[in-house]
Amino acid sequence: MASGGGEVKLFGMWASPAVRRVEWALKMKGIEYEYIEEDLSNKSASLLAYNPINKQVPVLLHNGKPIAESLVIIEYIDEVWKHNPILPEDPYERTKARFWSTYSEGKCRDAVGKGYFTEGEEKENAIKYLEETVRVLDEELKGKKFFGGENLGFSDLVLGWMAFWLPVAEEVAFFEVLDSKKFPWFASWTDNFLEVPVIKENLPPRDKTVEFFENYRRQRLGASKCIKTHA
Amino acid sequence: MMLSLAPPSNPSRSLATNPRTKAPFQIAKTHPISGLLLPIRSMHRELKLSSSITSEKRLPTAQAVSERVEGGTRMTRGGEDVKLLGRWASPLVMRTRTALNLKGVDYEFLEEVFGVKSELLLESNPVYKKIPVLIHEGKPVCESMIIVQYIDDVWAATPPAILPADPYDRALHRFWAHYVDDKWFPSVFASSRAQTEEARAEAVEQVFAGLKLLEEAFQKCSKGKGFFGGDTIGYLDIALGCSLGWLKATEKMTGIKFLDEAKTPLLAQWAERFCANDAVRGLMPETDKLVEFAKMLQAKFKTAAPAK
Repeated sequence: MASGGGEVKLFGMWASPAVRRVEWALKMKGIEYEYIEEDLSNKSASLLAYNPINKQVPVLLHNGKPIAESLVIIEYIDEVWKHNPILPEDPYERTKARFWSTYSEGKCRDAVGKGYFTEGEEKENAIKYLEETVRVLDEELKGKKFFGGENLGFSDLVLGWMAFWLPVAEEVAFFEVLDSKKFPWFASWTDNFLEVPVIKENLPPRDKTVEFFENYRRQRLGASKCIKTHA
Repeated sequence: MMLSLAPPSNPSRSLATNPRTKAPFQIAKTHPISGLLLPIRSMHRELKLSSSITSEKRLPTAQAVSERVEGGTRMTRGGEDVKLLGRWASPLVMRTRTALNLKGVDYEFLEEVFGVKSELLLESNPVYKKIPVLIHEGKPVCESMIIVQYIDDVWAATPPAILPADPYDRALHRFWAHYVDDKWFPSVFASSRAQTEEARAEAVEQVFAGLKLLEEAFQKCSKGKGFFGGDTIGYLDIALGCSLGWLKATEKMTGIKFLDEAKTPLLAQWAERFCANDAVRGLMPETDKLVEFAKMLQAKFKTAAPAK
């Protein structure tokens, strides 16, 4: 049911959370699209032509016009295909949805990045900081099933990586922040989120995802630094 | 994001006129009972600033630091309580003020003082503890471009529209605004603050590369008109234009002419148009004051422990 009409293509990479969140949005709206898998070590001429600025996935192509940046793409999708709205109608609620989305892309992902690719004190600080972001999100989720309320909303799609990719990061980079006793609301949000059919049916295979990020971490840090040295 | 010493020291600026109505800004409030002229929020004025730049030029104690900014004769939703927490040097705060001016919205500007975060700021933005914060009918909105979109949504019935009507054009404005914040503006700062020649050269290259991309973006978005938003200032004009003050300051500090008519003619002309616009005039900080401020900050951070 692509009521906005036209041809939709998505350039992506299977392990990328930014790509998946665009797919969740497309599927929530029942939009048909052609998915094109990119090898990021050998980017296609099309990707480079459609996104010469940062040369990254995801890129959505709608009737031949490219849009990059996952948050920009999701807002575009929501504005073109108006059924099953992702962003709330109320202007103030919209600010909250956008606020938590920028929080995700700034604070939370920065911290995870450092958790993956730094060591020693820098890593410890990053993990402390990451735990603090989970605490803040836990606080925000008090009394709610999803950030969007009863149903998935913009913040859920954007923060969704924390439900799947954060546990992967914990396993790959040997740290722990997700504690269902300390952060019960966040834990139940994770469970609720992963049970939603559109999400459940559109996640990468966990073992392959772990392997992918292990390799990536090894490349960045060097193999010797990727061995677990503590229980 | 930006730290500020104090509101611009030149009293004539504080007593400047509203670009829209030409009426002088009110800078103090009369206490309803005592009739005394009082600062609206005394905590917004820290008078023990030690910097010589501020101490010689700070406003007298009794004078308020907040301004009631009149939206003028434009149609506004009457009776609404709109406050903005900010600082004079901040380009992010300027974005929100530009948006409010475009829509002709009355608001109370509450100037935060350098080195001191007011109670109101900490309460209304507990996550980031940063300005700008818009407080509309008691509800806080944070993050400059989120505030700009909120202003556009709430005062949608008042032209001009800040975001374009077409979803694809909106996506372009959002994409490039994100690029300005994520890549371009940081490279402007890095070009004057880089610790090594190599880092500086890289940052300078990025600034020029970014301007080239933005020149092309201007061509695409403006469709032959004067602004990224077309006939009137739009979302991307605000995102990029409010950084022009710091761009000029950086040009002065580095001796590099970044915005060059020979290299990016459309942007150079657009910049002049933007700065001259009614909604912007009076908001752009003076280049020399920003340079002074930047030097003070650099000296301070050299002697302090590394920030987180």
